[in-house]
Amino acid sequence: MPEMTPAELRARLAEALPAALVEAEPLAITPPPAHGPQPGLFNPPDPVVRPDQLVAAALFVRDTLGYAYLSDIAVVDYLHAGCFELVYRFYHPSGGPSIVLRVRVPRDEPVVPSLTPHWPAANFHEREAFDLFGIEFTGHPFLRRIYMWDEFEGFPMRKDFPRQGDKYLGGESEG
Amino acid sequence: MLQTQELQVNIGPQHPSTHGVFRMLVTVDGETVIDLKPVFGYLHRNHEQIAEANSYLQNMPYTDRLDYFNSMANNHAYAMAVERLAGIEVPERAEYIRVLMVELTRILNHASAVGFMINDMGAWQTPLAFGMREREKILDLFEMASGARLMCNYFRFGGVVRDLPPEFIPNLRELLRALPAYIDELERLLRDNEILLQRAIGIGILPPEVALSYGVSGPVLRGSGIPYDVRKAEPYSVYDRFDFDVPVGKVGDVYDRFLVRIEEMRQSKRIIEQVLEQLPDAKGGHINPKARQNVRPPVGDAYARIESPKGELGFYLVSDGSTRPYRYKVRAPSFINLTPLADMCRGYKVADIVVILGSIDIVMGEVDR
Repeated sequence: MPEMTPAELRARLAEALPAALVEAEPLAITPPPAHGPQPGLFNPPDPVVRPDQLVAAALFVRDTLGYAYLSDIAVVDYLHAGCFELVYRFYHPSGGPSIVLRVRVPRDEPVVPSLTPHWPAANFHEREAFDLFGIEFTGHPFLRRIYMWDEFEGFPMRKDFPRQGDKYLGGESEG
Repeated sequence: MLQTQELQVNIGPQHPSTHGVFRMLVTVDGETVIDLKPVFGYLHRNHEQIAEANSYLQNMPYTDRLDYFNSMANNHAYAMAVERLAGIEVPERAEYIRVLMVELTRILNHASAVGFMINDMGAWQTPLAFGMREREKILDLFEMASGARLMCNYFRFGGVVRDLPPEFIPNLRELLRALPAYIDELERLLRDNEILLQRAIGIGILPPEVALSYGVSGPVLRGSGIPYDVRKAEPYSVYDRFDFDVPVGKVGDVYDRFLVRIEEMRQSKRIIEQVLEQLPDAKGGHINPKARQNVRPPVGDAYARIESPKGELGFYLVSDGSTRPYRYKVRAPSFINLTPLADMCRGYKVADIVVILGSIDIVMGEVDR
């Protein structure tokens, strides 16, 4: 069973695709306090990849490293850090722990190239991310809402989506 | 000259064979399927956002409602994710009880999945009653242990909520005695029926490399011949102590997925027998007494996955250091296993769609979340 630590993966990526890696800053999860240091900085060890290099990095993981099972794409809305993070999780078909690639995009322009034309496993994950978070996947063959109805406005999993009294529940849109 | 025309047909959302409210927009040429677009979201309740407003423990009964056939398996994956996030140890005895419950869940899920699939083939009701027969006995066991038949809410962080009652083990042994004959009987329902075999062999073929590229998991992936089982690939809990095989199919058609499920029930029975041997010597109680249930994990993230009866069930959690998860993401096997549905149905007849869908074994509570 192959095992690869985040540091090893970063080294392999730096060798093969030097343009792909970005120096990642720790993310603030909680709002900044009135005084005192910022608590709750989130700093995962996995490599963070430039959005425009994501497809090349994912195909490198699949074709060169052999991690051919794309298990999950999770989106996290870091409202206070002003970005979305996409967590791509890959496994090796012969077993072993996962390797993870992360992509960060600004909240006001969440555009990521789609993996679906190269790797169909990403299809529903990307549609779900588009539906609930409003991430735009360029090149996706059928980027439509998957859970909410087509006319729905807004992206319900974003942290600034009003949790109460939206127009669909018949109330005033005050959070 | 004969004029032919492509037709668009809606199957569902209200259709007895769609296993819930699921719609398939099918383009047909005569009886042959040209294209299929799955449409879902009819049961969508934004499970993940509701879970982010709850405390970690409040989500435990809520995971029961994802895949309501396998509440124990959902509990297990979620408990593992929180334990990884908060660094909670689980005593040995609790791990054995967890494995026991999840393997019983696998037997009941596969028995009813096979029953539903034969039901979808047109053998109306009677095979389904066969599939449900042993399920009832397992649900009785669940009720003994947890107090509930379906929404068990049995797992806690660091163990399970209470130990097995004294009458549990004798009843389980009685069930295990009857199980081999029952599984053989269930297998013969399809294997010995010429008409049903015609509906199953060579239908809905998913070649192994296609299955892998679509990211499917569970019996669908193994039916296509790829021996990927999370219990072997990345052993969790105490699965590395048991001796069991991972059955695989040969061509990846409906029949192979059926055979894989039948064989997995036999393997689950093997695991349960080994649990019963090792359980008396297991250290610790049913729960880690130091584990706090109102957890406040440190800032960080964790992903835990199990081999749920339907495939790889994973929970991705991000903690901001408070009592509620900042992000709670479910990697639902039923949802992802639907990705290749259009490819599996293309070129087959309309009547095969419901059989292929039945062989994937989905639960809409988990697909729509």
